[in-house]
Amino acid sequence: MSDLIKVTIDGRDTLVKRDTTILQAATDLGIEIPTLCHHPALEPYGACRLCTVEVIQDGWSRLVTACNYPIRQEIDVLTASEQVVRGRRMIVELLWARCPEAENLQELAARYDIETPRFALREGELCYLCGLCVRLCDEIVGARAISFVSRGVDREVGTPFYKVSEACIACGACEFICPTGAIKVTDVTDKEPRPLLLDFDVGLRGRGNIFIPFPQAVPNVPVIDREHCLHFQANACGVCDVVCPPGAVDYEQEDEFIDVEVGAVVVATGFDPFDATRKPEFGYGRYPNVISGLEFERLASASGPTKGKIQINGTEPKEIVFVHCVGSRDKAGAATGAGEEYCSRICCMYTAKQAHLAHDKISGARITVFYMDVRAFGKGFEEFYDRVRAEGITYRRGNPSEVYKRGDKLIVRAEDTLLGRTVEVPADLVVLATGVQPRADADQVAEMMGLAFSDDGFFAEAHPELRPVDTHRPGVFLAGTCQAPKDIPDTVAQAKAAAARTIVELSRVREGVA
Amino acid sequence: MRVNTRDFVQEYTLLECIQCGRCTGGCPVSMKTALNIRGIIYEALIEDFMEISGMEVLWDCTNCLTCTTRCPKDIKPADVIIGLRGYIVGEGKGVPPRVRDALMSAFTRGNTLGFATEGRDAWTEGLDFEVPNVLDAGQTDLLFYVGCTPAYDPRIQPVTRALANVFQRAGIEFGTMGIDEMCCGNEIRRIGEAEGFADMVEGFHEMLQEFRAQRMVAVSPHCFNAFHNEYGELPFPVQHYSQLLVDLLEGDKLVLPHEVRKKVTYHDPCFLGKHNQIYDEPRQILRSIPGLEFEDLDRSRERSVCCEGGGGRMWAEGTNVEERLAHQRVRDAVDLGAEVLAVACPFCLLTLEDAVKILGLDDKIQVMDIMELVAQAIGD
Repeated sequence: MSDLIKVTIDGRDTLVKRDTTILQAATDLGIEIPTLCHHPALEPYGACRLCTVEVIQDGWSRLVTACNYPIRQEIDVLTASEQVVRGRRMIVELLWARCPEAENLQELAARYDIETPRFALREGELCYLCGLCVRLCDEIVGARAISFVSRGVDREVGTPFYKVSEACIACGACEFICPTGAIKVTDVTDKEPRPLLLDFDVGLRGRGNIFIPFPQAVPNVPVIDREHCLHFQANACGVCDVVCPPGAVDYEQEDEFIDVEVGAVVVATGFDPFDATRKPEFGYGRYPNVISGLEFERLASASGPTKGKIQINGTEPKEIVFVHCVGSRDKAGAATGAGEEYCSRICCMYTAKQAHLAHDKISGARITVFYMDVRAFGKGFEEFYDRVRAEGITYRRGNPSEVYKRGDKLIVRAEDTLLGRTVEVPADLVVLATGVQPRADADQVAEMMGLAFSDDGFFAEAHPELRPVDTHRPGVFLAGTCQAPKDIPDTVAQAKAAAARTIVELSRVREGVA
Repeated sequence: MRVNTRDFVQEYTLLECIQCGRCTGGCPVSMKTALNIRGIIYEALIEDFMEISGMEVLWDCTNCLTCTTRCPKDIKPADVIIGLRGYIVGEGKGVPPRVRDALMSAFTRGNTLGFATEGRDAWTEGLDFEVPNVLDAGQTDLLFYVGCTPAYDPRIQPVTRALANVFQRAGIEFGTMGIDEMCCGNEIRRIGEAEGFADMVEGFHEMLQEFRAQRMVAVSPHCFNAFHNEYGELPFPVQHYSQLLVDLLEGDKLVLPHEVRKKVTYHDPCFLGKHNQIYDEPRQILRSIPGLEFEDLDRSRERSVCCEGGGGRMWAEGTNVEERLAHQRVRDAVDLGAEVLAVACPFCLLTLEDAVKILGLDDKIQVMDIMELVAQAIGD
C-alpha cells in the first residue's frame, strides 16, 4: 500500500497522507471550505456542520463534515455541489436563527443569499455552541474552567454549577477566541483580568503574548513575552507554533549579548513623557476622556488603535479642550516631582498640530486650546499657528486649574486671563499637552557611558554653545532628547552633527592623530 | 489705603509670576465673586502703588490654598491676600464688623465667638469622668487642645466629648488647659492680624513653661495647622485627631464593634487636606467602621472644594451671599446617594449643615463629624 492516497477535490487531484482531513487537503489546494468551529490548534470537532462536503466513493455519494473526515482511501470530494450548497444554506439559516445578531453569521447569510431565516429567532443569543472557548480552555490552557452545561435546547457554555470558577486563570483566551463576543472572562471568574497592553500605543490597545512591538520595528518580526507566555510559564499552549505557516516560531531562541568594538558612541536614548497622574487636578487616569498628548497622537494615527478615528470608548468627541504646559514650566512641581522647571519646547506645536487634526477629522468639532504663551519659534511654526487659528480653533489665554465632571461632560475650569474671568468650558475630550522628561533609567546609561547631568536631569554636553554634541568623555556624543527637549528638526540637526563629529573622531584614530 | 507695591512684590516674590491664571482658575470663589488674585498680583507688578481701600473682595478669600497649590512658580497667592488684609487691619478701616468682633473677642476673651472665658470647659458637661487640667497636674502624656468652636459651639461640643471619650477608653493619660486655653490664632493670622498672632504664639510658649506633655492633639484642622506649621518649634509633636485615631486603630487601642449601616462620603477640610496633605487618615477611619459603605465625591482630596468657612469667612459673608459653595457640595453628596456627609472640621460641619437646612435636604442627608460616626461604632 502506497503512503500517499489520491484524492480529487472539485476536480483537482492531489496526494495526501493517510488520515489527512478533507478540510486540510482542500486548504492545501487553496480551496476554501467555510467553518465556524474549526481551529488548526484544536482537535477537529465537527460541531457547526458548516464544512459539510459531498464525498463520492465507489459510486456512492454522501455528505460528511470535512474537518473531521480522515482520508483513508481514494475519494472524490465536491465542496460546492448543489446538494452541499443546499445543505450548508440550511445550516447557516438555522445558526443565524439561533444568533440573529452575530455579525459573522450575518455575513455568511448574505453570502448564501438568505434574507431572513424561516425559523423562530432567538433574540440576544450570541453563542452558537462552536465550542472554541471550551476546547481552548481544555486543550491549550489546561484550566478546564468552562464546559457545556445542560442539554438539548438549554445547552450552553458555563462554569460548573454556574459558580464563579476557581480553576480559571483569567487568561482571557475564551474571550479572545470567541467569534461573536458571547463570552467574557468576567462571566467566568472574579479574578481581575490584567490585559497586556501595547506600549507603543500607550496602552490604548491590548496585545498578545506574541506580538510585533510597533509597525516600524527592526527587525520587523514578532517577539514573545516570556513572562506571560503560557508556553514558557506552564509548558502549555504552543498555538503560535501550530498556526505559523513557515514554522518560524523558535521557543529555544535566547537573548544574545554581543560585544562590539567601536571608535565612537552616539548616545540617543530619548526621553520619557511626563506622567500626568502627577497632576491630579486634571483628572488624568480618573476620567477616560482626559488623555495625554501622546495618547492623542496614537488615536489620530492611521496605524493606531482606532485606525485614526478620534474616539473614546467608541464615541467621537464634539467638544475638545487642549491644555498647554502640563508638567512643564513648573518650578513648584519640580520641587515635589510633579513637574519640570523648563519649557518642553514641543508641546505648543504638537498641540497646534493635534488641534488641526481634530478639526480635520471631526466635522463641527468645537476646539479650544488653553495656553499661557505660544512658543512658535521654528521655521514655518508661526505660519502654522496662524493657519490653525484661521481654521476656527479658539485659543484662550490662561492655564487651566482643574478638570471635573458635571453630568456626562467634563468641565475645564480656567481663568481666561484676557477677559479676567473664570470660565467653565464643557468638554467631551481633554488633551493634556504633557511635557518631556529625562528618562527614568538615565542613571544607568550615565554610569555606563561616563556621562554627567545638567541641572534639568538631561545629559550634559561638553559646552552649551561650542561643543553641543560632545560629552566630557572622548568618543561619546549626544543626539536628541537625551540631551534636552527638542523637536524633530532640531533632533535631526543634532543627530547629523553628532554623526559628523564621530567621523572626525574615527578619522583621527585611523590617521594616528589621537 | 495705598500699598507700596515695590516692597510688596519683593516680600511675596511676585516678580516670578507668569500670569498663567492657574490661581484664579482654581479659586473656588472666583466664579461667584469678583475676587481675582491673578489680577491683584498683576496690578502689584505693574503699578508702584495700589489702592486697596474698599477692596471688599479681599474678604471673599477662604484661604483654602487652592491657588497656592496650583501655582507653578511657587508663589503663594493665598499669603498675598493675607498680606493685603494686614494693611487694612493695621489701618483699622474697612474691616467687616463681625471679623472685627471676632478679632476683639480673641484678644479680650481668648475665643473668637464672643463667649465668656470661664465657659471654655463647658463642653465637658455630660462626660462621666473628670478631664484633668495639665496646668494643675504639671504634666501629661497627651495635651488635648480643644479650640474655640469645639469648646463653645453647642453643635460641635458632642464631637469634642466623643474624642475625650475615646482617649479615656484607650487609657491615654491626657489633659486640657481648661479655661486658660487661648484661641490658637489660625484665623486671626488669616484675617491679617500678624502682630496679634505673634503675641498669641508667644503667650502659648510661655504657658508651656508651666507643664510638660509628650504630644498634642487638636480637634480642628485650623488649630492643628497653626500649631503644626506656624508656632515655631514646639517641645512635642502635634497631631490632628484623625491621625491619632488611626494610630489607635492600628495599635488595637480603639475597637469599633458596632455596625453603622450607612452610605457615607467625605468632604476634605482645606486645612487638613490642601494645607497639610492629610487625605488618607479620615478615609481610613471611615473604612474601619463596620457596615459603613464609603464612596468618595468626584471632587475630593486635592481637588476638593472649600466649604467657605476658612480664612475668617466664618465671620464674613463675602460679597456674594446668594451662591454658597457648601450648597453645591451638599447637592453633590446627595447626588452620590450618600446618607451622611462626613467631615473632620468644626467649620465644615457648621457650614455644610447650614446648607442642608437651607436646601431643605434634612430628610436626605446628614452632616456628621467623623468623631460622631466613630462614637456610634464604639457604641457610645
